Amino acid sequence: MNIENAQYSADSGENVCVNATIDGVTMSVPLDPANRHYAEIMRQVETGELTIADAD
Amino acid sequence: MSRARDFADLAGSADAGGLTGRNLIINGAMTIDQRNSGSALTVNTASEFYAVDRFMGIGVASDGVYTLQQVTDAPDNFVNSIKATVTTADASIPTTGRYLIRHKLEGNVISQLNLGSSAAQTFTLSFYVKSSLTGTFGGSVLNGAQDRSYPFTYTISSANTWERKTVTIAGDTTGTWPTDNTKAMQIAWSLGVGSDYLNTAGAWVGSQEWGATGETAVIATLNATWQITGVQLEVGETATPFEHEGYGTTLGKCQRYLKLGGAGVYGIYNSATNIEISIPFSPDMRATPTLSMAKTTVTISNKTNSNTADATSVSATNISASPSGAFFAQIGNCNVTSASSGHIAQFRTDEFLQLDAEL
Repeated sequence: MNIENAQYSADSGENVCVNATIDGVTMSVPLDPANRHYAEIMRQVETGELTIADAD
Repeated sequence: MSRARDFADLAGSADAGGLTGRNLIINGAMTIDQRNSGSALTVNTASEFYAVDRFMGIGVASDGVYTLQQVTDAPDNFVNSIKATVTTADASIPTTGRYLIRHKLEGNVISQLNLGSSAAQTFTLSFYVKSSLTGTFGGSVLNGAQDRSYPFTYTISSANTWERKTVTIAGDTTGTWPTDNTKAMQIAWSLGVGSDYLNTAGAWVGSQEWGATGETAVIATLNATWQITGVQLEVGETATPFEHEGYGTTLGKCQRYLKLGGAGVYGIYNSATNIEISIPFSPDMRATPTLSMAKTTVTISNKTNSNTADATSVSATNISASPSGAFFAQIGNCNVTSASSGHIAQFRTDEFLQLDAEL
């Protein structure tokens, strides 16, 4: 997956999802390890390929 | 195949696990295509391109290219197949290159196979295939972790002719094979694989293999075509007749992994531009889904002030969800109906939201 522009989105001060452009499509990814997009985001974070920006 | 043979095979299937529900593959007849409605995809990267629900193609960036499409050319008793057509040939596949058609199975689906234990069951893969090429072709069955593989081969005898192929595999007694909602098994049909991912057919190996040594690389021939349908995976040593099922049954199975929706959904503006919505999922999805816009222009009717207009560049944010529903999703850039916080909105565009819980 090509993941760009990853940023947490927060509700009431708590991170609730990661918004990112994945393979050219804007997606809102839940923080669920069983979700394939979240798993890949975390894998890329782990390997240093990706950084997730803090929520606005 | 004779009717007597059909009944004999079905009797064997009953011994192995039942007359219905024996096909572990979802959408094996390639009928459901929620994403593309039959449009062709260009497979030109290692990303996953879903040709129809549950069946995807992957390729290699900046190298060979093929298109992938649901078509109505199919063997007797079928309506659809998926067709790969090589538009840019790759006669020298990178050692780690993979041109594949792939299907992933959830642990809940294959748990009856007892894989990874001494009680592992033999299973049989069958499918109809048609190609402009003839020869020996390859594929592989892998576990979810991709550290157990069973490369296989099949032979296409006549060009441009539908043929049914069967591969019977003794269940793997080692390795990790999940039995939950995670990726447990993958079936790949190779259109061309680099040498790092090829191995001898007919045995389990403890490595990641996507094809079989000596296989034909479809991707190496410009304009070559390769089609598949009628995919069935079942317990036992015999390939029984393909288990056809109703369109709604297959669609329901597919919707565990991908769902389109949004038409008629009501929401409440929490600002002049953002609308909160809730959507129950039925059936429950495999995992909490990723939310994206299937369409970015959406017709919104403000039921409070009676304004209706099209919003463009609409966005979606997944605030609170689970496999059973999106309890709070926020649809943004909806500032077209003179709205203010507390106004009630109705969405009038069909299937503008995509919910993805694929493996």
